[in-house]
Amino acid sequence: MKRRYFIQQASAGTALVTLGSLGLQSFTSVEKTSKITILHTNDVHSHIDAFGPEDGRNANKGGVARRASLVESIRKENPNTLLLDAGDIFQGTPYFNYYGGELEFKLMSKLKYDAATIGNHDFDNGIDGLFAQLPHAEFQFVSANYDFSNTIMDTHTKPYKIFKKDGITIGVFGLGIELAGLVDPSLYKETKYLDPIEITQDMSRILKEDEQCDLIICLSHLGYHYRNNQSKISDLKLASTTKNIDLIIGGHTHTFLPKPTIVKNIEGKNMLVNQVGCYGINLGKIDFYFDSDKNKSANGTSIIV
Amino acid sequence: MRFTHLFILLIFFIFSGCKHKKLTLSKIEGSQIQITDSLIPDSEIEAYIKPFRDNIQKDLDSVLAYSADTYSKTDGELNTAIGNFMADAVYDEANPVFKSRTGHEIDMVLLNHGGIRSILSKGSVSKRTAFELMPFENSVVVVALKSQQIDSLINYLVRAKRAHPISNLKLTLDKDFNVIEAKIKGEPIKPDKTYYVATNDYLYNGGDNMTFFKNNDSLYVLNYKIRNALIDNFMKKDTIKPVRDDRFIQIK
Repeated sequence: MKRRYFIQQASAGTALVTLGSLGLQSFTSVEKTSKITILHTNDVHSHIDAFGPEDGRNANKGGVARRASLVESIRKENPNTLLLDAGDIFQGTPYFNYYGGELEFKLMSKLKYDAATIGNHDFDNGIDGLFAQLPHAEFQFVSANYDFSNTIMDTHTKPYKIFKKDGITIGVFGLGIELAGLVDPSLYKETKYLDPIEITQDMSRILKEDEQCDLIICLSHLGYHYRNNQSKISDLKLASTTKNIDLIIGGHTHTFLPKPTIVKNIEGKNMLVNQVGCYGINLGKIDFYFDSDKNKSANGTSIIV
Repeated sequence: MRFTHLFILLIFFIFSGCKHKKLTLSKIEGSQIQITDSLIPDSEIEAYIKPFRDNIQKDLDSVLAYSADTYSKTDGELNTAIGNFMADAVYDEANPVFKSRTGHEIDMVLLNHGGIRSILSKGSVSKRTAFELMPFENSVVVVALKSQQIDSLINYLVRAKRAHPISNLKLTLDKDFNVIEAKIKGEPIKPDKTYYVATNDYLYNGGDNMTFFKNNDSLYVLNYKIRNALIDNFMKKDTIKPVRDDRFIQIK
């Protein structure tokens, strides 16, 4: 961190150096821009089939096969796309009762999900039940605040994963909700829940400084906001008390938002919190545009939601 | 020596010059796309799901029993035929499991009225029926309660005035809602006796404000889902024909 700061300071004040680096500009394309598309789901809860026409609330909505063709068309338009899930993949239809999550993971692999975090319902067949389905998941589980070291899941999740797309380094880390009181202890066994804010402070530092990420995304199953329990950690609270995160993709509270929420982080910088309800009814799509034009970046990042 | 230093510094600066060319985030656009029937399903994914779906549907819809009538949780004030069926089924199916593991017998069952999630329709009964009645994953637990806690349980039922499903408990109230008879397995409740009460993990954990379970002597987790108890019960019966009876009544 200090070294980089020094370099930037030094280069800013040296005319000679500017000349020197000008020569290099002919190698790097000055007008280069990058667009990274983040697609996301949460709380799909084994809703593999679309809702039927008779459904009282969600008639004819959802369905993995439709989501597949939508994701495919977006990827065709922009290959620099990540597909993420914020947990509670399991539980909600007989597909889970009959196959224990096997089909959910297999389909997510076919849709080429890049990463997912773990929701409380993903423990519904016990931590062993989750572990048993891992061979069907060809995507990475990220969880920074569940310490699985005394469980069968040890080494099968990562705190974060780095993706490189079109020269942009993207760091995705995961956060899970406190399990005590929510999930039977016999199911999650010796999984230790660590404080999300402390972990996020570590994660955002590691991703920003050590991994030099251009884009930092938190996959959270903490819940969007708890109106009746303001002290409970939530995505909105996490967003406003931390820094360097560009996007929190949330879950758990099945919150349908009219549009992503713009939140000021602890440094007063705008970032986004999003969640797309549940049951695979919606797909979230956030496009990040990167530019080398200094004038634009000097004016800050414009957020259009 | 000095020249070398300068050279290193120069390389540093050139490097930093490149760093400055690093792309910066200029714009973010957020949107949400509804998954609707206007999207054409991916045929390969659809074909992949089909055998799983067919297998589930075949299993869910295979007929296990026959329901003599249509039963609803709203046809009865303090006890209903459908609630009696569910509580009795839990007793019948869970008691042998509990007995084989602990040597004790279940004394009574208490479920909750809100936990009856659908009607039981006249005609064919299948696993799908059990999924409709009990879509949740709750499991049977048996709690050892002292007679004082049984009193709390009874007080709860009297105050609630709802047809919470019970089995092997008999309660009679007078017109002012005073308890005039309370029996477990046909016998008056004895002070200092421990009663084994079967319920589900949701209620044990205080669901529906059933706070009396928590000061218990001990808890027995059977790892037996309520839904599976219903399915097992369906499989044993040709005809489901429950009745509203006198297990919880008020004499007006």
